[in-house]
Amino acid sequence: MTIAKAILGKKAGKRVEVNEIIEVEPDILMTHENTAAISKKFYSLGVKKVWDPEKIVIPIDHCVPAANEKYAANHKLIREFVKEQNIKYFYDIKEGICHQVLPEKGHVLPGYLILGSDSHTTTYGAFGAFSAGIGRSEAASIMATGKLWLKVPESMKITVNGKLRKGVYAKDIILHIIGDIKADGANYMSVEFYGDTIDNLSVAGRMVLSNMSAEMGAKAGIVQCDKKTEEWLRSRVSREIRPVKPLDDEYEITLEYSAEEITPKVACPHTVDNVKDVSDVDTEIDQALIGTCTNGRIEDLREAAKILKGKKVHKNVRLLILPASREVYAEALDQGIISELVRAGGIILNPNCGPCLGAHEGILAPGEVCISTANRNFKGRMGCKEAFVYLASPATVAASAITGKITDPREFL
Amino acid sequence: MIKGKAFKYGDNINTDVIYPGKYVYTIMDPEEMAKHALEDLDPDFVKNVEKGDIIVAGKNFGCGSSREQAVTSLKYAGVSAIIAKSFARIYYRNCINNGLIPVICKEASDYINSGDTVSIDVLKGKISVNNKEFSFVPFSSFIMEIIDSGGLLEYTKKVIKNV
Repeated sequence: MTIAKAILGKKAGKRVEVNEIIEVEPDILMTHENTAAISKKFYSLGVKKVWDPEKIVIPIDHCVPAANEKYAANHKLIREFVKEQNIKYFYDIKEGICHQVLPEKGHVLPGYLILGSDSHTTTYGAFGAFSAGIGRSEAASIMATGKLWLKVPESMKITVNGKLRKGVYAKDIILHIIGDIKADGANYMSVEFYGDTIDNLSVAGRMVLSNMSAEMGAKAGIVQCDKKTEEWLRSRVSREIRPVKPLDDEYEITLEYSAEEITPKVACPHTVDNVKDVSDVDTEIDQALIGTCTNGRIEDLREAAKILKGKKVHKNVRLLILPASREVYAEALDQGIISELVRAGGIILNPNCGPCLGAHEGILAPGEVCISTANRNFKGRMGCKEAFVYLASPATVAASAITGKITDPREFL
Repeated sequence: MIKGKAFKYGDNINTDVIYPGKYVYTIMDPEEMAKHALEDLDPDFVKNVEKGDIIVAGKNFGCGSSREQAVTSLKYAGVSAIIAKSFARIYYRNCINNGLIPVICKEASDYINSGDTVSIDVLKGKISVNNKEFSFVPFSSFIMEIIDSGGLLEYTKKVIKNV
């Protein structure tokens, strides 16, 4: 039994089979800035109270502080909803991006079923949870009934073994895999990651894999909970940590990769699976971005600072840096990382999702090029359909910010 | 029975080109959403689309964000069904949950051209175009119940009433 089937079976209260449709209650429902719209849908159902105000977690993170009156009105609506419904776990605009805030605040545990009205809800799979994105109507429906239908997915086992080469990070692993199996390579499947390379990744690195599993179409991207995960979680969660193990090898697809073969990668416009070796791309850039739910963690800022320390951002480049959360931001301040980034010419923005989806700050102009640590480079993604977005690791983005063109980070390591 | 003219697009049509992120948190009225449907892919689409029309695409239609407006905007623009080789997971669910019919049929996707008049018999799983017929696997009774209810919210209302 795969981890997906083990968790979904536990929630359904029976043994489940692939393609079976089950109705389940999630352990956590996450809704973020779209809670404003979801609350309207919720009330349209004629229900007065949510099914469980302690199981709904709401961070406001997509466009904060509000960029204009419309956003401000939405934020106000969310705060009112939180009060009316006595939502216990509400994180206002100071806390950061949902996919960083939920694990930090102890809402993610291995074996949990987490549903969220955001496609990168897959991120929590890094802690051994089954975690999937859903739509707004689905979130409203769960708020009312506590239940949602799910299809038990097929599972894909991806094993990566070996030692990563210098300048190669979790982001390069996942871009390598997506470049190989393409944007629909794991459509509707639950992906599980195994192998000693994965074991050796930090929790932050594993979160990159789970986060970007969404970009190959996966319903979930799971890394088994181990001692490292437990250690990360221990000071944050109040419940007992009970890892879920796969019971056998019932995987519909099995893939194996060797870490030694993976080089620094870049996803070129306008699809995430348009992956090339960084050394084969030398496009000039106008903007560089380090942050987002994919790569805005302390480990990411530290790697960037290692490269940028004592150097200057190229005169033609705007380097935007968004720590993923207040906790990350504070830690980066304490460790002197922020001062190194600022001295190099980086612009520190408050933790939020804004630039990644073209909602807030850092919008591109026609013809401009941005290299970003985000997870999507679709046409128009950063607010302008005539701009170009490349995706890479924090190290590659930092190196490129110095030279003014897409650059192999190994030149600086 | 659904009937309309086809608008044909390629593979991996993503949610950002169907409905740009800059509108996601600022537009709440579905009629207003419809004015921006497919804006970054086919700026003429909203001018030409008529009620009942059908989108035909390649694989992985609707990949990307969970934004439901990528479905709602097409629905309110008049689109009645989407025929594709495959759909991205959340998009497929959002279609069903909003009563926009997602049809998976590789052969029809290859055959149909823009401007063709296409008929879909959802219950029988048949697509008719230019005197040719294609089959697809009909929806399960559970999914049909959601579609027939007019989407998940209407279905949930019924469930709540029956409790």
